[in-house]
Amino acid sequence: MGRKLLTEHINVEGINTFEVYRKHGGYRSVEKALKTMTPDEVVEEVKKSGLRGRGGAGFPTGMKWSFLAKPEGVPRYLVCNADESEPGTFKDRQLMSKLPHLLIEGMITGSYALGARTSYIYIRGELLYVLRILEKAIAEAYAAGFLGENILGSGYSLDLHVHPGAGAYICGEETALLESLEGKRGNPRNKPPFPAVQGLYARPTVVNNVETIAAVVPIINEGGDEYAKLGVGKSTGTKLISACGHLNKPGIYEIELGVPVEEFIYSDEYCGGIWKGRDLKAVVAGGSSVPILPKELILKTAAGENRLMTYESLSDGGFVTGTMLGSGGFIAMDETTCIVKNTWNFSRFYHHESCGQCSPCREGTGWMEKVLHRLEHGHGSMHDIDLLVSVAKQIEGNTICPLGEAAAWPVAAAVRHFRHEFEWHVTHPKEATAPGAAYRGPAVLA
Amino acid sequence: MEPTTAPTKPQFSPAAQAEIKRLLTHYPEDRSKSALLPILHIAQAEFGGWVSPEVQDLVAETLGIKPIEVYEVATFYTQYNLKPVGKHVLEICRTGPCMLRGSDELTAHLERITGAKVGGTSPDGTFTLKEVECLAACGFAPIVQVREKYYEQLDTPEAVDAMLNELKSLVHRPILPWEETGLPNSLKNY
Repeated sequence: MGRKLLTEHINVEGINTFEVYRKHGGYRSVEKALKTMTPDEVVEEVKKSGLRGRGGAGFPTGMKWSFLAKPEGVPRYLVCNADESEPGTFKDRQLMSKLPHLLIEGMITGSYALGARTSYIYIRGELLYVLRILEKAIAEAYAAGFLGENILGSGYSLDLHVHPGAGAYICGEETALLESLEGKRGNPRNKPPFPAVQGLYARPTVVNNVETIAAVVPIINEGGDEYAKLGVGKSTGTKLISACGHLNKPGIYEIELGVPVEEFIYSDEYCGGIWKGRDLKAVVAGGSSVPILPKELILKTAAGENRLMTYESLSDGGFVTGTMLGSGGFIAMDETTCIVKNTWNFSRFYHHESCGQCSPCREGTGWMEKVLHRLEHGHGSMHDIDLLVSVAKQIEGNTICPLGEAAAWPVAAAVRHFRHEFEWHVTHPKEATAPGAAYRGPAVLA
Repeated sequence: MEPTTAPTKPQFSPAAQAEIKRLLTHYPEDRSKSALLPILHIAQAEFGGWVSPEVQDLVAETLGIKPIEVYEVATFYTQYNLKPVGKHVLEICRTGPCMLRGSDELTAHLERITGAKVGGTSPDGTFTLKEVECLAACGFAPIVQVREKYYEQLDTPEAVDAMLNELKSLVHRPILPWEETGLPNSLKNY
């Protein structure tokens, strides 16, 4: 059983209140940082910890913080990305609902490190009830002197606000999020300039995921070196994995990075195996945007080594035989799953969520959805399968933001690993379009 | 002859006005447009679950911005309903993880028992069915959101009945600060 740095107290009665949270060691990182450390020392600890962005990109947090421009007399901001909407990912909702003060504590410590005097939590609009939980907790933190003017007599002041979105996956992209926070459509911005130089209101801004900011709390409490002792190699610390799909025990698990994928799926400590006694067919390991892998490649790398829940192990083999840890949205599919239908569903999602700024994404996601719909419903041709790969390739790298890649990768990977299922839809349209139909045979080409 | 009375201009209630005033303190004075999304949420809750052109104009006036700045935002974000809706809007998640756990069947079941089709409202005006993309509660699929509340694990007719029974007696209130809505079960029993 690994250590739980974020969720250790998540089931304590009343942990959502300031009083109980404080009793369990809450807000120690704020006291330590504001009373004994300079802002740069806080950044240094985060660098030492090896913490990587938990929203999906995996970029080193300390480095991101050190890029923040600090022109004299210009306000800068820390913005928390709580726009959790990558299909398969539902960890931040749980963390914020149950442990609102953990995020607030991380926001205070992080804002101090970056020199922000006003900070925002941008939460997806569907989670208005979580926004209210956070606002209540923020009011408690103000009342206790951890927010507002001259926090703990340190001379440091901070205001913290929660801001709702209103239903747009694209606002999880950091510059779209900033546009949205400014009251506009969520159209991603061209980069450069990066948010670290011109972010919110064209001022220097850091945008971090909820879990990333929460992880700052144990890092400051225990020290970056201690945090880095957990995990494997460059995948340090713990990670929240949202497990869903055809599992016996779907839910949120805080794991020490490095747990073998096989153990995570089958052991009773985690997901407890595949439901209904069925066999596993495929896994999307890091949210819907990352490449799908068939059972044999998610459990073991192409070289036959055990696949681990780390950034490096999951991406072993590149996109030919590997995938990504991404946001930790772990979607398991049993043997009765139709990969073509699932890929069509994901394509529809990206088409629906494309903001429409860039032609390759706006048009390409629509094409992919239509072609996949045709294949799924038995009207496709062999040429359509290659057309999918071609469209995916033409989206990739040709858009302002990574939604293009996010839309292209799942399609390309599904064809790469499950081409036989697409071909089966072409050669056996009658069987393939029967209700609940899925290809169950061996992976041989038609 | 058509009646010539002008349509009454919508007005925010005092509670909503107070909440808007509070929200405006969150942003720099010259950046009050930032409050647009939260104010549209308040407007939708105040005026029957959707934002009519008149309501959008009211929001523009409240913020001192051009109406087009509100229209372009209201049409971008899927949570804002641009047409009248029923008493309860059931937002059914249709994305991959929910589909794997039966959201197609749930949608068909809801269409049967509510008498509404996806994208439409039941003849008695009680239910509007709306398909939405990922609601970020995939481990508790399939899911329906009704205003601020998530109904989870709706994979049996009994679970759906329990939701509809609860909705029968539910009176929607406009959004107020810190209103406590019921937590979904997954959050009660982590």
